[in-house]
Amino acid sequence: MIVFDRATVVYPDQTVAVDQLSLTVPAGQVTVFVGPSGCGKTTSLRMINKMIVPTSGRVLIDGVDVAKQDAASLRRGIGYVIQQAGLFPLRSVVDNVATVPLLLGVGRRRARADSMALLERVGLDPSLARRYPNQLSGGQQQRVGVARALAADPPILLMDEPFSAVDPIVRQQLQDDLLRLQADLGKTIVFVTHDIDEALRIGDQVAVMRTGGHLAQLASPADLLSDPADEFVAEFVGRDRGYRALGFVSGEVVTRPETTITLGSSGEAARRVAHGADWLLVLDADRRPVGWVRPDRLGAKVNASDLNRSGTLAHDGAPLRALLDAALSSPSGRGVVVDAAGALLGTVNAGDVVAVIERERSA
Amino acid sequence: MIGWFLDNAPRVWSLTLTHAWLSGVPLVIGLAIALPLGWMAHRLPRLRLTIIALAGALYTVPSLVLFILLPLILGTQILDPINVVVAMTLYTVALLVRTVSDGLAAVPDEVRLAAVAMGFGRWRRLVGVELPLAVPVISAGLRVAAVSNVSIVSVAALIGVVQLGSLLTEGFQLLYLPPILVGTIACILLALIFDLVIVVLTRLATPWLRRAA
Amino acid sequence: MIDVWTWLTSGANWVGTDGIWHRLVQHLEYSASSLAIAALIAIPLGLWIGHTGRGRVVAVSLANGIRSIPSLGLLFIVLLILAPHIHSGDAFLIPSIVVLVVLAIPPILAGAYAGVEQVDPAARDAGRGMGLTAWQVLWRIEVPCALPLMFGGFRSAALQVVATATIAATVSVGGLGRFLIDGLAYRDYSMMAGGALLVGLLAISVDAVLAGVQRLVVSPGLRS
Repeated sequence: MIVFDRATVVYPDQTVAVDQLSLTVPAGQVTVFVGPSGCGKTTSLRMINKMIVPTSGRVLIDGVDVAKQDAASLRRGIGYVIQQAGLFPLRSVVDNVATVPLLLGVGRRRARADSMALLERVGLDPSLARRYPNQLSGGQQQRVGVARALAADPPILLMDEPFSAVDPIVRQQLQDDLLRLQADLGKTIVFVTHDIDEALRIGDQVAVMRTGGHLAQLASPADLLSDPADEFVAEFVGRDRGYRALGFVSGEVVTRPETTITLGSSGEAARRVAHGADWLLVLDADRRPVGWVRPDRLGAKVNASDLNRSGTLAHDGAPLRALLDAALSSPSGRGVVVDAAGALLGTVNAGDVVAVIERERSA
Repeated sequence: MIGWFLDNAPRVWSLTLTHAWLSGVPLVIGLAIALPLGWMAHRLPRLRLTIIALAGALYTVPSLVLFILLPLILGTQILDPINVVVAMTLYTVALLVRTVSDGLAAVPDEVRLAAVAMGFGRWRRLVGVELPLAVPVISAGLRVAAVSNVSIVSVAALIGVVQLGSLLTEGFQLLYLPPILVGTIACILLALIFDLVIVVLTRLATPWLRRAA
Repeated sequence: MIDVWTWLTSGANWVGTDGIWHRLVQHLEYSASSLAIAALIAIPLGLWIGHTGRGRVVAVSLANGIRSIPSLGLLFIVLLILAPHIHSGDAFLIPSIVVLVVLAIPPILAGAYAGVEQVDPAARDAGRGMGLTAWQVLWRIEVPCALPLMFGGFRSAALQVVATATIAATVSVGGLGRFLIDGLAYRDYSMMAGGALLVGLLAISVDAVLAGVQRLVVSPGLRS
């Protein structure tokens, strides 16, 4: 557990970077500091590993004041990931990862073996281990950065805009992988970002900070969307709050059975089962939905080229947002729900989802 | 020293002019040769390595060695100032080829692409966009070349080519400091003047780099 | 041309206290000791400037100032000032070494501070954040990352020193420069050109050897 106790940072030119910050970072959870540039989020993060010493106030890790600890040994026990990865260009990937274990006196052979295992764990091909950082893509470098931070198995992980410099698709993969890793590891993670969507996606709790180093609100992502503390937070969290909040609400929606046809069947069979319906759901051989067709426009066979693929799929138990989006994006108005293996469970329409939302609200 | 200078002012002046000629002319010729060579090195990556390696090797050869060996190659007399001009031109080219190619490489890609998109041909792009933008880098290289040329030319006094360096060797033979000091200071001033001229020309050539008043 | 070849291949010219071998060893001795002294002064200073960012302006202007002094003038001035105060047989050698050291310092210094300065700030920050001490950041990250530029500076210093050591023969110290200066004095062009050829070869070999060492020492991760 990390506790900020009225921590304040004033720079020599009298600008206040962080103003009386008091909050608790619970162990084993992800706390995200988010805010516009100049809000003191990075400064706050860097107080935890004593890269910055508070002008007044304290930062405590498990009850011990950080200021009273030796900086180097404190930092060796805290993982640190930064935006540009900051890999050491002169060392191979595996030796970058082994840095802290070697500092801590772990034997070279063991440190390397552990590092290889970690590389795999963060989703990197072991064949990259002998390469040098400048031979990797930005996303790969960030993965190495994460592996390096985890190498000494520190209980705390500090991540300063770790995914800001990579393109959106890679960023989402990195976020997914971090969440997957965190589900296994249960580290205490402090994550800094300027991207509110990333904050809402990654965080168990989100600290919204505003210029001048003030904490504007500390709340769970759902609460942040449904109950912003003030104008600034509401503005910062952005539009579509109601819809985005559904991303954090689950509810029991009963699916309806759906008439289906298998890809490659005859057009005649499709028209027969459709009973005049406008749209018919097409499955592959493993009962996985692949798209919708209009039976009256089919030729001799149901071909892949006949498919309308606009509908999104919702997994069983997914947040209401995914269910609603499945219904809204489907050409038939019926959202497709699948099980963990991707096989069809049934469909829901928008009205079903809205009914559940209304029920949840009145409950 | 001042007394010695006043007694010998006309001679110091004429030596300075010779020195300026011996180190300045190679600067101009060297730049004229280095521009197309540097452009080639920039355009053709494979040629680039060869050109840069050759230039580097040339630059490793000490000046005195070049002054002595050039007559063998050129068939000139050892005292012929042409040897010095050729040697200094070679050094200038060796230094500037790399600078020109670096300067062209430093032109931002978006500017280059914008020029292509607006229909600039290769030649107009080079003359109208790339070279002007490379001027600051090339000018920095030219300044280094100018200062080192002035210093190196004085070495030619050892083989008897008359210029400011001759004051140094004379003073040493007489174990008499004033001419050495005067020669050295004149060299430094000459280098300063070259530097100043290049800075002013660069400023005139790059009006977009001046801050709005 | 043939005379030069004859001079170079005549065995008698290679032996004895004024033979090629001895002159070559002298030349290497002067150059190596000047470079070593210059490196001892310039590398720690350069690392300090690069690491702290302090004194940069002073270092740059000093280096530029020294560069604009003609080396021949510097040599004669230092000699005329220092030689009368030295009463051993090294009255000419010590001032020459002093000049070589002075000329070698600026490039080595510039290579060291520019090398440390251009180290990726993110790598430095990450190193600190991972618990490397300031000393470890310097030795394990900054210095290794600075090596390519440090070698660049050292190599140009070496060339400068080898070349100027040749000129120092004018003030009657040894080294290969003797053949150039003596050849000039005796109007023996083959000796002069032969000596010049040897100096040229020496300069190129010294640079090649240093380039080889650089390849061995610098991490492949730092090559672009």
